[in-house]
Amino acid sequence: MGRYVARRLLLAIPVLIGASFLIFAMVYALPGDPIRALGGDRPLQPAVVAQLRDEYNLDDPLVVQYVKYLGDLVQGDLGTDFRGREVSETIAQRLPVTAKLTVVAILFETVIGIIAGVLAGIRRNGFLDNVVLISSTLIVSIPILVLAFVAQYVFGLKLGWFPIAGIGDGWYSYLLPGLVLASASLAYVARLTRTSVAENLRADYVRTARAKGLPNRNVVVRHTLRNSLIPVVTFIGADIGNLMGGAIVTESVFNLPGIGRAIFDSVRQQEGAVVVGIVTLMVFFFIFFNLVVDVLYAVLDPRIRYD
Amino acid sequence: MTDQQQADLRHDEVQAGTTTGLAAPSVDVTDARQNSLWSDAWRELKRNPLFWIGSVFGVVFLLMAMFPAVFARGADPRDCDLTNSKLPPSAEHWFGFDQQGCDYLANVVYGARNSLVIGVLAVLVVLVLGLFVGAVSGFFGGVTDSILSRITDIFYAVPFILGAIVVLRSGTLGRGVVAVAIALAAFGWMTAMRLVRSQVIAVKSSDYVAAARAMGASNRRILVRHILPNAVAPVLVYATITVGVLIAAEATLTFLGVGLQRPAISWGLQIDAGQSLLRTAPHLVLFPSIVLTVTVMAFIMLGDALRDALDPRQRS
Repeated sequence: MGRYVARRLLLAIPVLIGASFLIFAMVYALPGDPIRALGGDRPLQPAVVAQLRDEYNLDDPLVVQYVKYLGDLVQGDLGTDFRGREVSETIAQRLPVTAKLTVVAILFETVIGIIAGVLAGIRRNGFLDNVVLISSTLIVSIPILVLAFVAQYVFGLKLGWFPIAGIGDGWYSYLLPGLVLASASLAYVARLTRTSVAENLRADYVRTARAKGLPNRNVVVRHTLRNSLIPVVTFIGADIGNLMGGAIVTESVFNLPGIGRAIFDSVRQQEGAVVVGIVTLMVFFFIFFNLVVDVLYAVLDPRIRYD
Repeated sequence: MTDQQQADLRHDEVQAGTTTGLAAPSVDVTDARQNSLWSDAWRELKRNPLFWIGSVFGVVFLLMAMFPAVFARGADPRDCDLTNSKLPPSAEHWFGFDQQGCDYLANVVYGARNSLVIGVLAVLVVLVLGLFVGAVSGFFGGVTDSILSRITDIFYAVPFILGAIVVLRSGTLGRGVVAVAIALAAFGWMTAMRLVRSQVIAVKSSDYVAAARAMGASNRRILVRHILPNAVAPVLVYATITVGVLIAAEATLTFLGVGLQRPAISWGLQIDAGQSLLRTAPHLVLFPSIVLTVTVMAFIMLGDALRDALDPRQRS
């Protein structure tokens, strides 16, 4: 197991470097001169421009710029934006918002998704099963952009149950955006659980459990669910990284000052260091959670061995 | 034996293999099987309501993109009168008017074309990239596979919308329909690649591929004639669903302000413009949202129906 984790970590390094270089190269290609934009209407002194360009390594070739960036990164320095603010500071300020949003989304996804999936799976082709099947197809087909607006309009504006935008109400203001963010994954979790439960209910060990005379509740909760939830748990784990990356639309519509918004603003303002820093962080999360999931798989399902 | 003689011998064998009566029936058998997969699938599809709902909406969307004037009830999307600003829907103007006083039905209808072009174009690029990289990776294996798979991992690790935003903001492609399609495809081809790669690996070591190789078929011929046809069914399912997903992604990018720009007509732009008027004129967000959702749903339903029909394991 230790060897497997070490190998996976080593394999993750080139992916991390490659992805950050990819973003770095594209951001480098952004048109316009960020230093000139900094001066606004009044042109900056040539000496000031030269000093700033030197400070941010703007005159070096792309690869040299990237290697310098990487050197700083390894020492925990993500660089500064053009206003002299540390990128790590921006991240530290914005990350909690996205993290809270992700936590709320994961909770919705887990609780509602699994309950709906189990109810559908234990009575296949029953009424609840059809409700879950049809509603999950519908939810998956609704673009998150549309869903966000519908939720904002109906529950925020018309019914007034939730705040329309911002994070002024603490955790409560994360509920609606969290549900919107979770919707597609929620539907997927429900379907996955349904299929998994229905399959496991036909397994021999379930028949044995029933033959022993165990009450239905025990058969489902103790025996079937344990095995059925293995693929579900792994999906949810891997989904954490996706949700953080997908939060940009939700954060835009609901005006949450999270990481997605920060990236979006930085791309507009050509703040290369911020974009590269945050995307690298996202990629890191993505790889990290995928690794955790792979290890978790081995822990949950002893049949899988990674040696 | 010289190399030349060996080559002649192999040539003879190949000739013999293709001219004996043995080869002919085996070709017929595979033909019949292929036919029966597709005719089975068609029989299955005909019974599936999802397929019919998806088809009807898909065809309406297609016609709307091709002949918008027919659906716009005679209104011109750019013929606006400010006195009509934000008027709600009426019997005469089904979708009401937008802030500039343009007929909204006409605007929504004319938005279909950009969505369709971007969705189809992006899927084509995704398929070409995915098929090529996936086939090469799966077929040659070894170092080639390792390198291509790592590159795929790199793209896969960058969040989809984020990658597309950076591509579009970098501005090297411009901000037109083609640029948006390429930006979407650039970060959307990885699933297709993995799909094709796994299919290729699954059949690469089968007997009929070995037989084709023994008959002297080139790598390219083996790939194109014998291996890739296996991937047609899953790729078709994937492509259908992906058209819908990409149309939604286009609207999202445009909404975020990095996709299409005015004076282009796009559902994303309409939703964006309507966003600030949600309180006073909710129909401005509502109608493009509904049409967008129905379009995306049509493709996803079609894809689901195709999957049910083409995957014999799910039949019972």
